[in-house]
Amino acid sequence: MKIAYYPGCTLKTDAKKFEESAIKVFKILDIELIELKKWYCCGTVYSLTKDNLMYRLAAIRNLIKAKEEGYDRLTTLCSVCYNTLKQANEMARNDKEAMNKINSFMDEEIDYDGSVEIIHPLEILKEDKIREKVKKPLNKKYASYYGCLLLRPKSIAIDEFENPRIMERIIEACGGKAINFPLKNECCGSYIVASDKQAVAERCYRIVSNARRNGADAIITSCPLCHFNLNEIQEEVKRNYTSFSGLPVLYFSEIMLEALEG
Amino acid sequence: MLAEKVEELSGENIYACYQCGKCSAGCPMAEQMDFLPNQVILLILRGNEEVIDSKTPWICAQCYQCGTRCPKNVDITKIMEALRAIKLRKNVDYIKMRFKKNLPQIAVVSAARKYTG
Ligand code: SF4
Ligand code: SF4
Repeated sequence: MKIAYYPGCTLKTDAKKFEESAIKVFKILDIELIELKKWYCCGTVYSLTKDNLMYRLAAIRNLIKAKEEGYDRLTTLCSVCYNTLKQANEMARNDKEAMNKINSFMDEEIDYDGSVEIIHPLEILKEDKIREKVKKPLNKKYASYYGCLLLRPKSIAIDEFENPRIMERIIEACGGKAINFPLKNECCGSYIVASDKQAVAERCYRIVSNARRNGADAIITSCPLCHFNLNEIQEEVKRNYTSFSGLPVLYFSEIMLEALEG
Repeated sequence: MLAEKVEELSGENIYACYQCGKCSAGCPMAEQMDFLPNQVILLILRGNEEVIDSKTPWICAQCYQCGTRCPKNVDITKIMEALRAIKLRKNVDYIKMRFKKNLPQIAVVSAARKYTG
């Protein structure tokens, strides 16, 4: 199977290992992620104000690019890109008035009507296929951290938004033990890290400690921003709470690769 | 009027709120705030302009938890956006976006989106 892939800025730099491991994992599972020939920044977490559609143009332009390249399905690894593209696409499908304005503004491009389907890579993976391909079963306990943008708003949720299980099922298919922890869908503090690092350190402390208390050896995620806030910010947490002992934070594709490559 | 302005910018019906506090109970940033999300709504309804200078909309991480759980379907995420917009549209940026080393792009770009006009 082939599917169009939108990388976004961070997958090409800070989260390179996310992209590299995911492409390999999908290849092993006979899914080819084909990068769009041309793409722009998705316009991440654009302003939600009702009266300004300009912020949504970037996302819509990427969807048009996918369409122009002949795709009707598009996937993206970063949770923030996923949320941005998916919400813009929902608007394209449901708000005719807004789309008329946007389409007439973007004069040189084809009109967009929401016909590309945005799908998260976690939704494509099939557990039985993974089981078949596992070479070295995982032998650790993992906490699946979803954060916000894979689950909310409800209209874009990749799974049940209060108690998602999609990553847990993948961990188990790879032979690992999936532990449950109640803070798995609580926000990590997101971009607040740029204005108030201490506020995010508090989030990091609570989430990582909670995963630890529930027996996790590591946390997995699908978001480069969650990864940064839960991983790098642990240094800050250690300064604030001397008894804090952290946990490794990995992308879901990294642990999958470990199991599949053997 | 403040309530009208917020409704216009957010597209949300703030009068639907019956102050149950569920939004504040689940808000991950609540302990960093000066007014809780349900208090923000109350202040807007009372026309109290203090809310515009509150820390709350800037520490809101736009995580959609409040709106997802609100029994009255009030999307407070958008109300926080409206409050930020009132300031940002006066051409006042909340933080100076200079090159921030040690932060991933996604943090910088997202912060620029939410903190600058
Ligand atoms: S959850 Fe909804 S109804 Fe309850 S206080 Fe918050 S905004 Fe109001
Ligand atoms: S969107 Fe903002 S106010 Fe609502 S729960 Fe998240 S941080 Fe709190």
